[in-house]
Amino acid sequence: MRLPSIKSRPVYGTLAPRTGTAHLFVADAEGAEAILDLASFASSNFFEKAQIFYVPKRGAGHLEARLTALRPFAYNASPSIAAMLPRLSQTLSTARMGLRLYLAGTEGLIGQATKVATTYGIHHDAIIAEHRGSMARRVQCVHCKGIIEEVKTQPVICSHCGLRLFVRDHYSRRIAAFQGVCIDAEQPGSAPAIQEVFR
Amino acid sequence: MSFSNLQMPAKVTEVVQVTPQIKRFRFEPAHGSEFRSFSGGAHIIVEMNDGHLVRRNAYSLMSHPAHVSSYMISVLRDDAGRGGSRFMHDQIKEGMIIKISHPVNLFAATFNATRHLLIAGGIGITPFVAMMEQLSLENRPFELHYAARSQKDAAYAEAIACKFGSSVNLYFSDLGQRLDIKQALTFQPLGTHLYVCGPERLIDDVVAIATAEGWPKQNIHLERFMAAAIGAPYDVELARAKKTVSVGSTQSMLEAIEAAGVDAPYFCRGGACGQCETAVVLCDGKLVHADHFLTEEVKASRTKVMPCVSRFEGKKLVLDL
Repeated sequence: MRLPSIKSRPVYGTLAPRTGTAHLFVADAEGAEAILDLASFASSNFFEKAQIFYVPKRGAGHLEARLTALRPFAYNASPSIAAMLPRLSQTLSTARMGLRLYLAGTEGLIGQATKVATTYGIHHDAIIAEHRGSMARRVQCVHCKGIIEEVKTQPVICSHCGLRLFVRDHYSRRIAAFQGVCIDAEQPGSAPAIQEVFR
Repeated sequence: MSFSNLQMPAKVTEVVQVTPQIKRFRFEPAHGSEFRSFSGGAHIIVEMNDGHLVRRNAYSLMSHPAHVSSYMISVLRDDAGRGGSRFMHDQIKEGMIIKISHPVNLFAATFNATRHLLIAGGIGITPFVAMMEQLSLENRPFELHYAARSQKDAAYAEAIACKFGSSVNLYFSDLGQRLDIKQALTFQPLGTHLYVCGPERLIDDVVAIATAEGWPKQNIHLERFMAAAIGAPYDVELARAKKTVSVGSTQSMLEAIEAAGVDAPYFCRGGACGQCETAVVLCDGKLVHADHFLTEEVKASRTKVMPCVSRFEGKKLVLDL
């Protein structure tokens, strides 16, 4: 587990079965591997009460096959996180207490699913989340409020307003994004060279 | 909070015998027109000058959170207790001026909940009276399950049943009615928050059943009516204040520390909130932990104590105060 540089920077744990009457897994890309790891020590009938919403990365079809082989009572693959979120919303809106939510994969997936879940009264600390795969960040430009997905560089050029942004560890659960702040506001043009740092 | 915050003089304007064992007290500001506003679940500390002892007990506010021209509390008489409730019943009369604290809420409703499930046993109904007024005012869905020995002992049962109708479920054990906790928890919508207040056993049962049914601890809120333990008198040394304090058999360590003029921190005075956590400098003897805050490991390590409820037996105890 990474130590947070500031308090708002989320930290993640490891997926492990919780006591519950239903289990909802939401994962993207390599997050599938976290579910498969949990399956290796979960009880044999655990997935009878589980459903899995998965957003596969291109070329990761083999993980889909292994997830469906767990025989959850429901399995759904979505082409993108954005396409998966309404399904998550719909499921949570009719769910009962006893359902446990497990998130695995990129920070973008975990953050956006957490944001949806909290609107249904799930406390963010009651969500079991494991980070797997890319360190790319979802960033909000604090100036134009535009959201930039899968940011890998420091600084990053805002794809909405064009400012050069320093990507902070300061995280907003409400908008599920790290904060990007203009890096050369005092002296335009003084920004350091763009480097890939979030792999 | 510490006792220096207990500065609000209040006039006792009404004392009502609600059931054979419960009295309700109304306080109005001795100066000024209104108290501070509060939220459902909040409590105040009432200061009692009981002979040579100064008692400071916490009581849930049960008046309407929107009506702050007065505060109301209800007190169950406990003849086996340390004496605070007896003092309230026997000594507090209409017209007296007493000191109370500003409200503190350690049992507040969570407002992103989709539904609020309230479970009360006996006198544990009091915080819910204010909480239901607030939930109802704000149109938030809730249901109450209230178990009491009998209709005669169930303070406010009739009043709240009239006011909140089908949201209120009553169980009187003398009529053979039992609250089925598991049933009450079943089919609650996701995002329901559970609140329980009452006897120790009810709270333990509710927490155990909810946990077994997959309710996360973040959705379970409890308020224990804990009183400080009674025991043999002992002495405590306060390292920083350079004082030795004698704790009487029905006095809490915190009350004794306060009586010596040392301003120690506290909120709940019931072993729940953790505010009075104090480091132990030396312990030659046995700490009798009575709180629900410290972990078992910390209790066993004899490095911390909650002076609001816990006691000491042995030769020498030195606290970092």
